[in-house]
Amino acid sequence: MAIDIDTARKVAKLARIRVEEADLPALAGKLSGILGFMEQLNEVDVSGVEPMTSVTPMRLKRRADVVTDGDIQAQILKNAPDAREGFFAVPKVVE
Amino acid sequence: MSANQWTIAAARDALRKGEISAVDLTMSCLTAIDAGDALNAFVHKTPELALEQARAADARIGSGNAPAMCGIPLGIKDLFCTRSVPSQAASNILKGFKPEYESTVTSKLFDAGAVMLGKLNMDEFAMGSSNETSCYGNAVNPWRRQGSNVQLTPGGSSGGSASAVAADLCLAATGTDTGGSIRQPAAFTGIVGIKPTYGRVSRWGVVAFASSLDQAGPMTKTVRDAAIMLQAMSGHDAKDSTSADIPVPDFEAALTGDIRGQVIGIPREYRMDGMPAEIEALWQKGIEMLKDAGAEVRDISLPHTRYALPAYYVIAPAEASSNLARYDGVRYGHRAKLSAGDGITEMYEKTRAEGFGPEVQRRIMVGTYVLSAGFYDAYYNRARKVRALIKRDFETVFADGVDAILTPATPSAAFGLGEMSEADPIQMYLNDVFTVTVNLAGLPGIAVPVGLDAQGLPLGLQLIGRPWEEASLLNHAHVLESRAGFVAKAEKWW
Repeated sequence: MAIDIDTARKVAKLARIRVEEADLPALAGKLSGILGFMEQLNEVDVSGVEPMTSVTPMRLKRRADVVTDGDIQAQILKNAPDAREGFFAVPKVVE
Repeated sequence: MSANQWTIAAARDALRKGEISAVDLTMSCLTAIDAGDALNAFVHKTPELALEQARAADARIGSGNAPAMCGIPLGIKDLFCTRSVPSQAASNILKGFKPEYESTVTSKLFDAGAVMLGKLNMDEFAMGSSNETSCYGNAVNPWRRQGSNVQLTPGGSSGGSASAVAADLCLAATGTDTGGSIRQPAAFTGIVGIKPTYGRVSRWGVVAFASSLDQAGPMTKTVRDAAIMLQAMSGHDAKDSTSADIPVPDFEAALTGDIRGQVIGIPREYRMDGMPAEIEALWQKGIEMLKDAGAEVRDISLPHTRYALPAYYVIAPAEASSNLARYDGVRYGHRAKLSAGDGITEMYEKTRAEGFGPEVQRRIMVGTYVLSAGFYDAYYNRARKVRALIKRDFETVFADGVDAILTPATPSAAFGLGEMSEADPIQMYLNDVFTVTVNLAGLPGIAVPVGLDAQGLPLGLQLIGRPWEEASLLNHAHVLESRAGFVAKAEKWW
């Protein structure tokens, strides 16, 4: 299936990656090529096959619902591009 | 032979006999690393940490009873989070990131006394087959074509690991493998690389690419070294919910060299159209070696093989688009400079556009598309069904008595850096054609160097094992290695 420029713009928006208008045609072309390659999957008869959800059949382990970690605010914020007064700082979200 | 050229097994024995100290062994590697900058394999060097760890290892060895990896100098792929040491998955979006924690794999290696020499180059977020998507620039293969000085790729994504081990900058290295990223670079550089069964090695603290496919493993000079190092990396970890809570056998003890009566499957679907005659001949040579060792060779069919690559290139980007959503410029790494009036959405979009390279952006967008409303069933669910069929193919041949499967590791020898730059992304993806099925099915696979091509470049074969039977797989690989007698090394030019 060919990806048009509008779809490429929408995908970039959903992925939260800024793509300049001038770059959209090239992006649409590359994405179309990759998706075209995936079209081969339509040749496979998958009727009655369940989608694989687990690599090894296993029941995920459960842990006790207890606090095992904490009081590491400084460590958590250590790599933040902008941290103030013990919080991550971001541009204004609510007017 | 200087100490940096040793195997893990030789170094282990020499350290115990007091023939060398861990500090001297480490110094030998640090010297080789500084002389090997042209390979661009080590991208963050940690000599002070290495010497501190080596001194501790010497004390431990002196007191007796030290584990096998004690005092062994290693390179660590940049995908592993290492405390207070840059860990940026070869991406600008993690520039400056120094984790406050240690990955389970590196913790286990350090607990066993191993020494970290530094962090190794790779494709950005492990997305690539040539190490050309790295923010650090290309890693370079120590091997060159006879009579040529064209720079070749060491493969990818674990290209720095492969280059460093092949050039004797370290005794061994960690790698990770999502679609072939340990086995393809190992084959391109004439070394050994094993991707264990999914769940054998903890993924905790390894920067995630595609969580249902990612596994870490060792990249080493010999199969014995792979057995020793995998032992130290393996085991259950409560911090990784898919980590298997089953005992880890003694891998080195499994290297008996006896594979008489073992059944080796040769899948006819791996005989690709247009496969170079040299690869075909190498495969045949491998078949003869295993037969000669007493194995029974049987033709088998894995009918869904040709659909593995398209299924992989739906599933891996889908998982990546979800995993890489965390890079938003808020908690760590790069944040774009904002213009007046920019809000949080602009911050996300500009940060991600600046921080991610083109291949990573493309894969995130492919993943976003195949998971988007209206296309989820057509692409993602269909790919997961095909994945179930690929896994079933393997289960069927194993149930029929096949113990291991022999295939080529790569469709060619190492190619030139830049040679694929004009190619369609799909051309690059074809590098993974023989390796990607193993990740989809969660199986162990190992690449072993077997010969040289007409231009003097290494070629490898792959052995695929039953789930959790790395011990037996390593023994098969050990037999192949001994019979092949591959001892060639790259001629030093760096």
